[in-house]
Amino acid sequence: MKLQRLGMIAGVGLTATLALTACGSDNTPTPGASNSTAATKIECATGSLAVAGSSAQKNAMAEWIKNYTTACPGGRIEYNGNGSGAGIQGFTAKTADFAGSDSALKDTEQGPADARCATGKAVNLPMVTGPIAIVFKVEGVDNLSLKPATIAGIYSGKISKWNDPLIAADNAGVKLPETAIQSVHRSDSSGTTDNFTDYLTSAAKDAWTFGKAKEWKAPGGVGSKGSDGVAADVAKTSGSIGYVELSYAESAGLKIAKVYNASGAAVALTPEAAAATVASAKVTGTGDDLKLKIDYNTTEAKAYPLVLVTYEIVCTAGNTDKAPLIKSFLTYTSSKDGQAVLTKLGYAPLDETVRAKVAAVAAKIAA
Amino acid sequence: MMVALTARRLPRFAPVGIGAAAVVVAAVLCFGLGLGGVVLMGLFSAVLFVVGLYIATRIVEGPRAARNRVATSFIYGAFLLALIPLVSVIVTVLTKGTARLDGNFFGTSMNLITARDAHGGAYHAIIGTLEQVAIAVVIAVPLGILGAVYIVEYGRGKLAKAIQFFVDVMTGIPSIVAGLFILAFWVMVITPMFSADGRPVLSGFAASLALAVLMLPTVVRSTEEMLRLVPNELREGSYALGIPKWKTITKIVLPTAAPGIVTGVMLAIARAAGETAPVLLVAGASKAINFDPFSSQSSLALYVYDQATDSSKFAPGRAWTAALTLIVIVLTLTVAAKLLARRSKLSR
Amino acid sequence: MLPSTTTEPVAGELLPRRRRFGAETIFRWLTTGAGVTVLVIIVAIATFLIVKAIPALNANKENFLTYEGWFPNDASPKFGIASLAFGTVLSATIALLLAVPVALGIALFLSHYAPRRVATALGFVIDLLAAVPSIVFGLWGREYLVGPVAELSTWLNQNLGWLPIFGGDGPFGKSVLLGSVVLAIMVLPIITSLSREVFMQTPTANEEAAIALGATKWEMIRTSVLPYGRPGIIAAVLLGLGRALGETIALAMTLGAGFLISFNLIEVGGNSIAANIANGFGEAGEIGRGALIASGLVLFTITLIVNMTARIIVYRRREFR
Repeated sequence: MKLQRLGMIAGVGLTATLALTACGSDNTPTPGASNSTAATKIECATGSLAVAGSSAQKNAMAEWIKNYTTACPGGRIEYNGNGSGAGIQGFTAKTADFAGSDSALKDTEQGPADARCATGKAVNLPMVTGPIAIVFKVEGVDNLSLKPATIAGIYSGKISKWNDPLIAADNAGVKLPETAIQSVHRSDSSGTTDNFTDYLTSAAKDAWTFGKAKEWKAPGGVGSKGSDGVAADVAKTSGSIGYVELSYAESAGLKIAKVYNASGAAVALTPEAAAATVASAKVTGTGDDLKLKIDYNTTEAKAYPLVLVTYEIVCTAGNTDKAPLIKSFLTYTSSKDGQAVLTKLGYAPLDETVRAKVAAVAAKIAA
Repeated sequence: MMVALTARRLPRFAPVGIGAAAVVVAAVLCFGLGLGGVVLMGLFSAVLFVVGLYIATRIVEGPRAARNRVATSFIYGAFLLALIPLVSVIVTVLTKGTARLDGNFFGTSMNLITARDAHGGAYHAIIGTLEQVAIAVVIAVPLGILGAVYIVEYGRGKLAKAIQFFVDVMTGIPSIVAGLFILAFWVMVITPMFSADGRPVLSGFAASLALAVLMLPTVVRSTEEMLRLVPNELREGSYALGIPKWKTITKIVLPTAAPGIVTGVMLAIARAAGETAPVLLVAGASKAINFDPFSSQSSLALYVYDQATDSSKFAPGRAWTAALTLIVIVLTLTVAAKLLARRSKLSR
Repeated sequence: MLPSTTTEPVAGELLPRRRRFGAETIFRWLTTGAGVTVLVIIVAIATFLIVKAIPALNANKENFLTYEGWFPNDASPKFGIASLAFGTVLSATIALLLAVPVALGIALFLSHYAPRRVATALGFVIDLLAAVPSIVFGLWGREYLVGPVAELSTWLNQNLGWLPIFGGDGPFGKSVLLGSVVLAIMVLPIITSLSREVFMQTPTANEEAAIALGATKWEMIRTSVLPYGRPGIIAAVLLGLGRALGETIALAMTLGAGFLISFNLIEVGGNSIAANIANGFGEAGEIGRGALIASGLVLFTITLIVNMTARIIVYRRREFR
């Protein structure tokens, strides 16, 4: 009798499992049924791609992949946001068909990456650029403007109260409370931290002494995993300040600080203001390599200076049978339509001249 | 002349009265004088209650009785205190978890779901949990039962003692260490030998192995306890009929202990289903539905973690609903196991 | 087993015929193999963790045991276990300080205060607490416990701020205190169920003797139940400690993830070996993984020592009885 009951339990479990297996959906789109904006003229290719790398461009990639697969059901692309380092390692070891990275290939990485591309060359294509927002939660303060040196002072622990003279100097006329500052940074290794510390290193040389790195090096502050973790912590803690990509700041409903650029103007974060900084970026790569150098000290009065650039690292040739899909996908992402998607996600589209160059390289990708 | 045979006692309503007074005073202190919020009020009223009770009892009944009262109230208080987190967790999960409790959640995966999509579900994660736990059971349960049979029926001398000791020690291995072990052993050493490009493969199966490592000692321990409860007369009776030892064990001892063993296994399953750390390290966290355990999969617990640390504003809803699903599965298993245990003929 | 009167061997311990010899031997070897697997796994865990940790340890530019930072993914990797090990031990210790008195209280409640019938049901409720997955506690702690704990922290800071452990100037949020409270809730059921078992085993004669001498209930418990159960309590606490040291996800979600050695309980910060593995694993490179495995090895060693000590105490007691 006992065994019968056990059998019954097992039977119920099994039936439940079978019932479950019968009705799963992978959200795969039905062609033509979507009202997506991306349905406009994509030259489709088929096959499957494994892409790995930067988590900073994860949201952009997810949106692009969704739009692409909606238009081209024959192409399957999977993006694994496991970090730029892992992405480049995967790319070099051929487990990733191309990599997303927050920084261009280093000289030591270029050799092995080129070797992987056989007849081609590994190039950095800037694809996702966007502003980093300084978010804060201070009782009674709605508008905050900060100089790079002040941000560096806060994040290195030298400024510990909101009514510190340095912050007050940046915010004439704003009444600041005497609460302690809680700085929130990323606890995981991240491209956002990399770009943020890069910005501090070049825009606030004297105040920031911890250099540029993916890992947070300064003492103190609270670490939180992921930009969403940072945003959540700032939202929850009164007196806190954090740095996140714009999309996170928006979805968490946080107040965003204005940042002073080198022209001496405090600029609010808008896609246009970020695009102005991206426009001032210079291509420092040679040939098809489009490595960008952001000018954090831009004197353009309208420019929001704190932006991040992430790249796709891809072979110009030697992509074997994956070539058509890589070419098709990257052509889409570097198209005007593809870049237009970014604005909605809180990124900033590439400057037109740079975009045209990226599109030209993408069009050349070969087997 | 009257001699009081019983000592003076506090009236029965005294503790209740002191308690009520303590709460009122604490409320006045915290909210009236603005000292703090609900937490402090609870803390203050507890302290006031204990002090008040002690003083009152000491005056009426004497110091020994007063200490006894304080100890009693502390002991009752400890139990009530433990109920707070349990009730709070369950209420929170129930209220927050129902927002996304819909067909879409149980019918779809996270494939092609972006930060701006409100829908998206845990179908793939549920499949992952079911498959991974099932494989872990297939590995750990026979091994665990055989190991327990060795300890109870065959084991002699130092080896048996050592095994018994290390089974107990193994129950305390942190789950993250089990995950790291499978990462270092299976993912980094074994899978490159079989994968096409010689790279390590993260898979649901690796997660099963880690879960099996965690389940094994639990299964051995519970089976061992059950086997020891099987009366020796059953074994001896079987031997007397000329039945060899292995057959006695498989046909008589194990079936007798079966309900108890099943209870142990169910508890081990409940624990394994809720494990996040090892799955996080080795499963690969696929977003799409994947029935093949030898490639990247997710699991419910990992799904909760993923969604809880995701950027989308729709992610928390998914995390809580997944937590609710997980808690329902785990608590159902636990309750069923305990009920089964109570019905078992073998009991201590 | 049974003494045999004939020359023919009898079933049971002795193996009667060759035909059966095969199955019996196979079964015996099978069970022995399964038993030995446990030993093999423990040895294998140590071996593989060491092997995979060595390359990272060799690449490390700092002393692994004394350095406080954790930067294994840099061009020149620097990482050390000091602050992580400190944070692990600190949060586990605070958790035990919070959990042990409550757990012993519950155990006494269940063994000596609550009526038998009720006690079984209530013990079951405590078991349910043990069944809640740690991820759920983490989520709950991060979303709901953080408020009350911050409130308590503010009060402690204002009134006991002169104590270094309650110092700092806020705001308070994800702190060692928050992590420890979550941890305390999680180890509560283990300590409770083990010490309850021990308390139930107190010889009735001891208890009755105390009562007969006019002891109050609490005096009876203090003079007969607690002394008798002391080794059991110690073992239960150590097992709870083992669990607390190894807890991962709940701490990863409630600690502030700093790399400082600080006794301050209420300021944001705190970290543990296991939480750091969960936080850092996603974006770790080759060396980063090795470094995390090395930290896992340290955790394994610590928990192994704690658990072995606990078990030895339990075994001694068992033999003593």
